[in-house]
Amino acid sequence: MKRKFKQFTEKLIEGLLLISGSLTSITVLLIVIFLFKEGLGLFTTSPMENKNVIVVNKLNPVEHLTAGQIKKIFDQEITNWKDLGGKNDTILLFTINDLSNYFSEEEIGENFEYLPEKLNSIVDSIPNLLAVYTDKYLVKELKGKIVKVDKNNIPDFILGREWFPTAEPAVQLGVLPLILGTLLVSIFAILFALPIGIATSIYMAEVANERVRKILKPIIELLAGIPSVVYGFFGLIVIVPLIHDTFNLPVGETALAGSIVLAIMALPTIITVSEDAIRNTPRSMKEASLALGANRWQTIHRVVLPYSMSGITAAAILGIGRAIGETMAVLMVTGNAAVMPHSLLQPVRTIPATIAAELGEAPQGGVHYQALFALGCILFILTLLINIWVEYVSSKQKFKK
Amino acid sequence: MNKIESKNVHLYYGDFHALKGISMSIQENTVTALIGPSGCGKSTYLRLFNRMNDLIDNVRIEGDILLDGRDIYKKNIGMRIDELRKKVGMVFQKPNPFPKTIFENVAYGLRVNGIDHRSFIEERVETSLRQAALWEEVKDKLKKSAFELSGGQQQRLCIARALAIEPSVLLMDEPASALDPISTSKIEELIYELKTKYTIIIVTHNMQQAGRVSDRTAFFYLGDLIEYDDTPVIFTNPKDIRTQSYVTGRFG
Repeated sequence: MKRKFKQFTEKLIEGLLLISGSLTSITVLLIVIFLFKEGLGLFTTSPMENKNVIVVNKLNPVEHLTAGQIKKIFDQEITNWKDLGGKNDTILLFTINDLSNYFSEEEIGENFEYLPEKLNSIVDSIPNLLAVYTDKYLVKELKGKIVKVDKNNIPDFILGREWFPTAEPAVQLGVLPLILGTLLVSIFAILFALPIGIATSIYMAEVANERVRKILKPIIELLAGIPSVVYGFFGLIVIVPLIHDTFNLPVGETALAGSIVLAIMALPTIITVSEDAIRNTPRSMKEASLALGANRWQTIHRVVLPYSMSGITAAAILGIGRAIGETMAVLMVTGNAAVMPHSLLQPVRTIPATIAAELGEAPQGGVHYQALFALGCILFILTLLINIWVEYVSSKQKFKK
Repeated sequence: MNKIESKNVHLYYGDFHALKGISMSIQENTVTALIGPSGCGKSTYLRLFNRMNDLIDNVRIEGDILLDGRDIYKKNIGMRIDELRKKVGMVFQKPNPFPKTIFENVAYGLRVNGIDHRSFIEERVETSLRQAALWEEVKDKLKKSAFELSGGQQQRLCIARALAIEPSVLLMDEPASALDPISTSKIEELIYELKTKYTIIIVTHNMQQAGRVSDRTAFFYLGDLIEYDDTPVIFTNPKDIRTQSYVTGRFG
């Protein structure tokens, strides 16, 4: 009886462990699937907002336009049809706002009931017209021609340099400035954090006595527990004005400020992981070095660091991972200008900051909303690659021992 | 002439009195075995000769240890620690090569002592590896990682590494305890050959090994040096009953 009960409880515990394990895995998987489903949806939709259509004269040879071309037309950077593959003729832009230049209110009708017909006729009569209006004003027997707008595609999304997710009539979804901004801020954060982090971990593992270490270690671990918004606040109040004054800049919210704040935030990870790696150096190996007449610094430089190099590398990569995903602090101090970064002393915008700042105002299911999810996918892929890299580096470490 | 002399050496780990007034002298070009049960202080005593105990916190050392007539613990008049460690090489219990190539492992002692001359280093690496009876096995893979060698080869590499800076004393802390019988016998042969050039002190738990390789044997028990005599005397005709019990295997 007792034995049967024991067997039953063992089975029960096994089952519970199995359930919690699979639940966790399924949840993670579902999140990833959700992210990619929403994100990849972007590439099946058109960049035209609010169901706008572009209508031209039937004789116009231009068949389709890209979102970038539409923006250039509206910015009057492209003013001739021949730049779009058409005849040599200036582009005459027409939107609903220009209606009063062509028709009186009576002609349109009190409730815009004649508007579709009027739009149809204007497209028919003016050969160099490019008209943009919503599809509810389209008539059945269209005398003009609807120009197709290319769907959002992955190369334009990743390599595009313009991020105007709410532009009219076509949104501009180029995330290259955001990707580069993220990488710039993260890489410089690591460049700042790594020397200090490694120096601190060497100090804690090899130089400091036990008493100092016992004080220092909890302080550094505490650093990891401070909410990121507090770091952002600190950066905003202390670092941003400092940069503003030191470099005499119009604004202090720069990539540099983001890098410094992220460097401070990445320090605990770097210090903890690389200190562990350094402390893992076998005592006998250090003794062998000292016994050969090496001093403490030669031993650290020639034996301890080479031995713990893969652990230190893992620490650096983990630090980058932390920096790339960090949202709040960066959002607060980098100035969030979605432009191609050229120097550390200008505002940049990172992927997580973009998602955090814009998701609230993006209508659900719209192009902007999907684009933010696609950004999330890019971030996910970046951090996944970093995790694979860490696994690879630390598996090399295991082999060494 | 006495290569090493220790006079009334006491060592304390905090409150623990680990060595209780050890006096013994060691002759040049001999092999001295330190035997005794675990925790009796023999490794601690061995590590006094190259000041390895300095690394441990709360260690207090009293008494004098002289190498070639010079005190190694007196700061002002004695021998500097780097000079001492060049003269006294050490081989540890487990093979502990550095995460470097075979060549760089042997060259390490030279490099940290400021020797950069390439052909000199190459020559010394080869000589040391030959002395450690490892040259023939590794001469084609000097650029490979030392971790690729077997345990016995690694230990001989560690011996070569210690020999490269031409010490006059070689300390061995149970150098064969982590090795298989064949590797062990190779190390023992090596000790026999090295005796002609070096003064060797070896800590061992293996009675047969002590009997085979050493000229003199010291028996330690609970921090005391119980008996120190020619090896055959210790093993066949010890004066102290505790020595006799230990070498015949009645406790250990």
